[in-house]
Amino acid sequence: MGSQKGYSPEARRRGGRMLQPRRAHRPRRLATSMQWSDEGIVLMVRRHGEADALLHALTFEHGRHAGLVRGGQGRSQRPLLQPGSVLELEWRARLAEHLGSYRIEPKRSLPAALLDDPLRLAALGAACALFEAALPERDPHPRLYAALRTWLDRLGGDAEWAADYVRLELLLLGELGFALDLAACALTGAREELAFVSPRSGRAVTAAAAAPYRDRLLPLPAFLVGGASDPGQIAQGLRLAGHFLARHILAPADRALPAARDRLAALLGAEDSR
Amino acid sequence: MPAGPIETLIRQLARLPGIGPRSARRAVLAMLKRPDTLLEPLAAALGECRAAVRICSACGNLDVTDPCAVCADPDRDPDVIAVVTEIDDLWAMERAGVFRGLYHVLGGTLSALDGRGPDDLGVARLLERIEARPVLEVILALGATVEGQTTAHYLAERLRPFRCKVTRIAHGVPVGGELNYLDEGTLGAALKARQPLA
Repeated sequence: MGSQKGYSPEARRRGGRMLQPRRAHRPRRLATSMQWSDEGIVLMVRRHGEADALLHALTFEHGRHAGLVRGGQGRSQRPLLQPGSVLELEWRARLAEHLGSYRIEPKRSLPAALLDDPLRLAALGAACALFEAALPERDPHPRLYAALRTWLDRLGGDAEWAADYVRLELLLLGELGFALDLAACALTGAREELAFVSPRSGRAVTAAAAAPYRDRLLPLPAFLVGGASDPGQIAQGLRLAGHFLARHILAPADRALPAARDRLAALLGAEDSR
Repeated sequence: MPAGPIETLIRQLARLPGIGPRSARRAVLAMLKRPDTLLEPLAAALGECRAAVRICSACGNLDVTDPCAVCADPDRDPDVIAVVTEIDDLWAMERAGVFRGLYHVLGGTLSALDGRGPDDLGVARLLERIEARPVLEVILALGATVEGQTTAHYLAERLRPFRCKVTRIAHGVPVGGELNYLDEGTLGAALKARQPLA
């Protein structure tokens, strides 16, 4: 029966030629996961060799996903591979575990006005660098994707972009399992006059309950609990989110907040953002 | 199959940008067939470059003199400095022949992802240079990319105390370009930087 090696069990039982080689009976899971199309936001691009680029994108269904863009350093594709650009991506690989390659189509370029605005440009760089550093690969976060996409769409013109950036960082914390509890006071259960956050538990505390420990607590900016934002509160928000991002997400991986995030904090007056 | 020095030469040439192993093999074969006209002049030119070429201490250009021919040219306007990312950007501007001021090569752009900060670029050298000899204008001729413009804003911030005019080159439609081939970002930049015609 040596000649029947490689035949399917059914073919072996019948003693005839199998209809298909055994390797065609691989689980469907692998076949479907080796090619997909999705929408993605460019987080990071690195040169690969002389002509290609390594793209890390945050995709809607497939999370942060890397792939090789052939000709990515060429004249036609390089302008598309800017952090924050939205692309239609088609990813292919021989095996699901492989790096794979991307085919890219533009969906939404960066607004030109963004390049002239140092604060918004710094925020864009900070968001992309932070998502790249914090999110695990191939772990889908559709809610986070939608939030980043909305924030990017509004970044060119929305006056609330800085407050939304802080909310985006808090959403990132929440998606990774470290959501802050800003609904009620950790000590009294009160839902009004929340003014501080515990740097350990991430739970809100009212001003009155916090009085004995206030020098050890982080200020809670009012815009995170329904109030309006101002530059001082944005800086407080960045310090708050930065503390928990550094403590829970980046420090365990022996990483620090990205330099682009530090630069944004410095520009918005929140230098000590960890 | 070639061995010894021939294989070494092929391997060394194949390490250069734009040359793969096949091109390197063809180039080496051509040189070995015509050693007098190709191989020896190339070897001499390589040795000469190695011995003579240095980095200009003023602008960061490569030349056989320090300061380089551009910095030493008395016909150039020393009151205007164009800041470029790399030496090939400087050479591109020189090929175009449209700028008669001096240059400053940064050696890269700020990149959080590649871990390249201000200390890794020629920023301190630029500030020292302007402090030593004040200029009227600094033109930031950096790429229209997120990293290029982040660097430009950073430089503009650092140059503010010097009270010189800080400008950046325009972004928009290339000469010979058609609007329907442009991406929306470039079109937006072009529209924003529109000029009165009459």
